[in-house]
Amino acid sequence: MNRRIGNLFIVLAVGLLALIGMTTYWQVWARSSLEARQANVRLVYRDLAIDRGAIVSSDGVTLAESKPGTLDGRTVYYRHYPTAGLAAQLVGYSSLLAGRAGLERSLDPELTGSTGDLAGVVNSFDRMKGDTVRGDQVVLRLNAAAQKVAMEQLTNLGVRGSVVVLDPSNGGILVMASTPTFDPNTGLEKALSDPGSPLLNRATQGLYPPGSTFKVVTAASALDAGVVTPDTKFPGPACIDSGGQKLCNYHDHAYGPHNFGYALIHSINTTFATVGADLGRDKLEATMRGFGFFSRFPWDYPPEQSLPSGIFNRKGNLVSADAPIDVPRVAIGQERLLATPLQMAEVATAVANGGQIIQPEPVQEVRAPDGSVVRRPSPVYLGRAMTTETAATLRGLMKQVVDEGTGSAAAVAGLDVAGKTGTAETGRAGKNDAWFIGFAPAEASRFAFAVLVEDVDGTGGDVAAPIAAAVLRALTAQTT
Amino acid sequence: MRNRELGLIALALLIATAGFAAVQLARAQEFASSPLIAAAFFAGAYLVAHLVVRATLPDADPYVLPITAVLTAIGLIEIYRIDATLARDQGIWIVIGLVLFIGVIIAFRDIRRLETLRYTCGALAVVLLLATITLGAQVNGARLWIRIGGLQIQPGEFAKILLVIFLAGYLRERREVLAAPTRKVLGVGVPSLRHSLPLLIIAGASLVLLVAMNDLGSSLLFYVIALAMLYIATGRLLFVGLGAGLFALGAAAAVQITPHVQTRIDGWLHPWANEQAQCCYQITQSIYTIADGGVLGAGFGRGLILNSAGGTIIPFAQTDFIYSVIANEMGLVGAAAVILLYLLLAWRGFRIATTADDGFSKLLAAGLATAVAFQVFVIVGGVIRLLPLTGLTLPFVSYGGSSVTANFAIAGLLLCISQRANRERV
Repeated sequence: MNRRIGNLFIVLAVGLLALIGMTTYWQVWARSSLEARQANVRLVYRDLAIDRGAIVSSDGVTLAESKPGTLDGRTVYYRHYPTAGLAAQLVGYSSLLAGRAGLERSLDPELTGSTGDLAGVVNSFDRMKGDTVRGDQVVLRLNAAAQKVAMEQLTNLGVRGSVVVLDPSNGGILVMASTPTFDPNTGLEKALSDPGSPLLNRATQGLYPPGSTFKVVTAASALDAGVVTPDTKFPGPACIDSGGQKLCNYHDHAYGPHNFGYALIHSINTTFATVGADLGRDKLEATMRGFGFFSRFPWDYPPEQSLPSGIFNRKGNLVSADAPIDVPRVAIGQERLLATPLQMAEVATAVANGGQIIQPEPVQEVRAPDGSVVRRPSPVYLGRAMTTETAATLRGLMKQVVDEGTGSAAAVAGLDVAGKTGTAETGRAGKNDAWFIGFAPAEASRFAFAVLVEDVDGTGGDVAAPIAAAVLRALTAQTT
Repeated sequence: MRNRELGLIALALLIATAGFAAVQLARAQEFASSPLIAAAFFAGAYLVAHLVVRATLPDADPYVLPITAVLTAIGLIEIYRIDATLARDQGIWIVIGLVLFIGVIIAFRDIRRLETLRYTCGALAVVLLLATITLGAQVNGARLWIRIGGLQIQPGEFAKILLVIFLAGYLRERREVLAAPTRKVLGVGVPSLRHSLPLLIIAGASLVLLVAMNDLGSSLLFYVIALAMLYIATGRLLFVGLGAGLFALGAAAAVQITPHVQTRIDGWLHPWANEQAQCCYQITQSIYTIADGGVLGAGFGRGLILNSAGGTIIPFAQTDFIYSVIANEMGLVGAAAVILLYLLLAWRGFRIATTADDGFSKLLAAGLATAVAFQVFVIVGGVIRLLPLTGLTLPFVSYGGSSVTANFAIAGLLLCISQRANRERV
């Protein structure tokens, strides 16, 4: 009997030793691959141990902050967004379930103190020791008061749309509004399935036909190429024949003989189509490239959330160089030409600052936890879109658009506003995408902007220009 | 021998105190109450148990009690780390367990007295299991619990011991008849139906339990205990082989009609396919928790066990998944040490069986050692995905009154058997 007892013990002992073997497999062999699995809650809880830096506006409003809590005896930090939907698409979110987006994503290394420099290395030692890692605070160029006005303007109208205001001297993003918006504190899951796509940053991901605002680009190209001068005469009929199809002015209006400057101020399609045809595809596309079309702006924002503008084919891709396009229609902002509000704000910026394209810059400065400034971005010039002379000519003409042309609703008392309206047909009867782009003051500008309102009955002058005026009033009230 | 026991218990208490201090240091901001009083109480209870053993069983095995002391201490520390209130309850259960232990060694100092009660034990085991099936409440899918007043009792833990006692008595009485075949079927000797009937009943009953309790672990445990004891009694591997085949077939059929067991088997085979689903959440979180411990572990009280709501990340961490928590905080070193402690305990049990000189004692000791060792194999195998997950407890370590007290009864019985075996040798 004792031999059998011995045998039984051996069988059970083998079983128990197999438990140690399997435990060893998980704890030694499979450990690192398990650690990286997305469903491993430990992964997200580890992120919570970092005191993520706050994001504040230039006027001192906290847009994102970390609040301490406890988790299984340790201090953890939960992200909180005090201003909720105010700049939700620009700021983005850092969420356990939904991941990260917006500046929360692109600035993650600084916000979590995990940059590649010495400070980041010191922090990684702290992390190993189990000490709390404190990230850097980011101060944005964003003007929260003006952002609030922009959001209210769009929300009160009950429309989808976007307002972008840049500082033409350095590319700083002063306003970047997009509606509908969402509350990153509570509304993320709902926003993911919302048909209004509130997570979409319409300023950088929304592609819209630019309509007549694009005439600024055509004019810059034609003036630079010497195809026209402001005084070149045009006949001004109601309609012309363009490639076998009729191309007409707004409301089929016949303007009669006029010069090129007048055509820009009054947005005369027949004149610009003729200019486009004279200019040709190569010259027009070269100018567009100079303005930043056909490629993403290389700025501090997740690349997939910042789309290039340009001419798109039916599949939604940028057209290839050899694909035929209708140049006269491109010249008036039609023909599958699509642009983001950010791109059109850059067009206005270039006119305002004498022809330079500057990289959009959301950040004013990055501060270490001890308050010292770690980084203060300086302007990055991406190239010249037009000559200074052409820019000066366009400034004069665009000022007249507000003074006496289609953009009079953008006038602000005590501020010289210059701009260009745009009203692009959406294909749905009576519905337009309404634009207004411009800058103020008309000389030595401090603000360059683009306002877009999706799918409304009115024109750019009726709907978008008043929004620009309201935002400009908020900006000047702040800065004077 | 008793001085060796006392020394080892002192060592165990030292480990326990160090562990509690570590948890206390790691989580100072949460627990204001003094666990030192509890630790002193724990030490006192073991000291009393030791003194009773010293008085009644002077020649008994000196390792069994210290091993239980280390295991209960580790369990208590990890339960304390999960929830101080649960730890207080567990502390009370350990004291009650030690009282039962003392009761057992006083009542059955002469182990032969138990042999006369074999049929009573058998009948009681059946009553307990029937009660579980009829009155039982489903917890986590399995029907293993009955509720009496405010108490939840797991009768299976006690039925297991009673079954071992019954089988030890029954097999000692009948082993010659069972071993010597009376007929030949297809050239293979089989015992007469009359003598093998009780064994067939056990096999059938185990399958009925599988379906009725909705739990593969308990029925497998009962069945393996019975087969192991049958093997020791008769030496006929044929019985074991036949029995195992029979059970495998029966279980395969039974699994088809019990969706809960089916889910557990899915979670065992394909846990990564749908980690958030019912089948797989517990087992995958268990594996993450174990892997996170690494070789040296996070340290007592320093692992990530609780979620932001204050509950455990793995549901039932304090009972079924206590091994995962140990592996996390004590690492591979600590987890392997715990398994080796069970191996040591099983070795002492089987050693007691080999030194005992009567068949009943041998069968009883081997049966009890098998019960503990195989239960460890099934539940730990379940949480590390070596086997399908089942609802068994880790002896002496898991939270739960039934489990703790029943295992102390096993320890008491082992000491009684070893007293008789050792005294006769001396």
